[in-house]
Amino acid sequence: MAAKSEPIATEQVAAHPRAGQVRLVLLVIALAALLAAPLFLYPIFLMKLLAFALFASAFNLLLGYTGLLSFGHAAFFGGAAYFTAHAVKVWGWSPEAGILLGVLGAAALGLVMGAIAIRRQGIYFAMITLALSQMFFFFCLQAPFTHGEDGIQSVPRGHLFGVIDLNQPLNMYYFVLAVFVIGLLIIWRFVNSPFGMILKSIRENESRAISLGYSVQHYKLGAFVMSAALAGLAGGVKALIFQFATLTDVTWQMSGEVILMTLLGGIGTLFGPIVGSGLVVTLQNVLATSDFPVTIITGLVFMVCVLLFRRGIVGEFCATKLGKMLGFRTEN
Amino acid sequence: MTMIFGVPVQALMGQLLVGLINGSFYALLSLGLAVIFGLLRVINFAHGAQYMLGAFVALLLLTVGGINYWLALILAPLIVGLFAALVEKTMLSRLYRLDPLYGLLFTFGLALAIEGTFRWFFGASGKPYAPPSQLTGAVNLGFMFLPVYRGWVVIASLAVCLGVWLLIERTRLGAYLRAATENPVLVQAFGVNVPLLLTLTYALGAGLAGFAGVLAAPVYQVSPLMGSNLIIIVFAVVVVGGMGSILGAIVTGYLLGVVEGLTKVFYPEASNIVIFVIMAIVLILRPAGLFGKDA
Repeated sequence: MAAKSEPIATEQVAAHPRAGQVRLVLLVIALAALLAAPLFLYPIFLMKLLAFALFASAFNLLLGYTGLLSFGHAAFFGGAAYFTAHAVKVWGWSPEAGILLGVLGAAALGLVMGAIAIRRQGIYFAMITLALSQMFFFFCLQAPFTHGEDGIQSVPRGHLFGVIDLNQPLNMYYFVLAVFVIGLLIIWRFVNSPFGMILKSIRENESRAISLGYSVQHYKLGAFVMSAALAGLAGGVKALIFQFATLTDVTWQMSGEVILMTLLGGIGTLFGPIVGSGLVVTLQNVLATSDFPVTIITGLVFMVCVLLFRRGIVGEFCATKLGKMLGFRTEN
Repeated sequence: MTMIFGVPVQALMGQLLVGLINGSFYALLSLGLAVIFGLLRVINFAHGAQYMLGAFVALLLLTVGGINYWLALILAPLIVGLFAALVEKTMLSRLYRLDPLYGLLFTFGLALAIEGTFRWFFGASGKPYAPPSQLTGAVNLGFMFLPVYRGWVVIASLAVCLGVWLLIERTRLGAYLRAATENPVLVQAFGVNVPLLLTLTYALGAGLAGFAGVLAAPVYQVSPLMGSNLIIIVFAVVVVGGMGSILGAIVTGYLLGVVEGLTKVFYPEASNIVIFVIMAIVLILRPAGLFGKDA
């Protein structure tokens, strides 16, 4: 994504020697806040936040760390929601098995869509993923198991591993929180693995990565499938949170929403998508009661982000003196 | 009743005509996208919104100003083009130096904002726009009845596509445009005002979308979301055709419209997705698109 952007004059600020400890403390505070949050805020809202934060982080894995803009991630998110909801409701599977099916289904879908889409680069990649996800949308509209416009309703949450009753809001919340943390750990590990380094090299200079002997197509496809699977994890969990799966989650508007969350928070930052999704979900909740269309705001925020601060909120913070002293690195 | 491939001729011809009409809109819209992309390297996601704007401007001209269809057919594209020029001059032009993906994201946001605004003011339901009195009724072609307005849509879009193609391939302005597509820096060095050319090109592309919108107003209903699903199909059309050639965009538009119409006759369940399936097949066999040069 950074291929042609203008060089930003960066002031060299060395990280403070104790920056690592400060970051650790901040992380612990954030985790403690998440653990205590349901005491103060509505659990469903918090769970929605976490599900979308995971979805946006999965998307960022592709855009931020591989430089591929997918305009079709709703297919994985909404598709997995359908798979999980169907398995749990119709087949009577346990919640963990249902979510696993959602993840595997999204990964399989990602493999097919990715294999077609990586045949073109850049802007074409975006258009192809958009078209393929729209195709999946029409499939969901017509396939009998999705129940068309009605969606799959009253999906039972069931008992996790047969013992933990997920119908208890707090149990459900801590389950979702655990999935979220595990998902983020996977992303963090993936990005910092040798595989992730190669992805970054592809993002920075694809031709050079090819000349160094890497089979770029395989790495791109790997990243695509990984991102799709994690988006599926978020989608499967969302189906259990709201206890339904609908067409809304497979529309292109949803694909656009996740792009906005990532862009607003900061492309290529670990925490950007979380901040971005928090803002977007909160905004939607605030506007849900009025008849003012959310799309006007999201559209304008999109335009402002692209025109004025492309690094996003977290990206801009990382670029400040304080951010650098704390040792945050920006990816673009 | 005469049958072809086990299908009544009337049904076949009827769907062929529907396909040709849809193809007319695909051709007009993908032509505009290709013209814009050729010079600006921007995928204009707002193209669907500009199409919708064209239809709404025509509707408002009629209901508020009492201006008839024929004048609207000229005025609405001009108004949409002017609006697009304003957007290009003030905002879009700042993004040319960046990765093309930012242009896509910006125009996506623009589309959302425009569609949201119209939904706020006019509601999501469609509004009818009566075809002009000269074009009502139908003619008997012997094997089917052809509604006059639908025939007009096909003819008008063909004429405009041909006109734009001539403008780009045969005029001095078109020569500048093609030269600037190849090498903008050199063309600017020769004293051509390239920034102005960029603005005009974006306005031309958007104007084409606005024209398609006015044409579409009597066929489909005028609604704020009429362009948002169409634009994705047009993206697929553009991927199939390859964005390299103007003529390719036009031909692919009509071709895929007809194929879609035929699918409605032979296998209706797949008619929504046939264009996307073709796109996938073309990508596997010939990634650069039917008319595209290898990237």
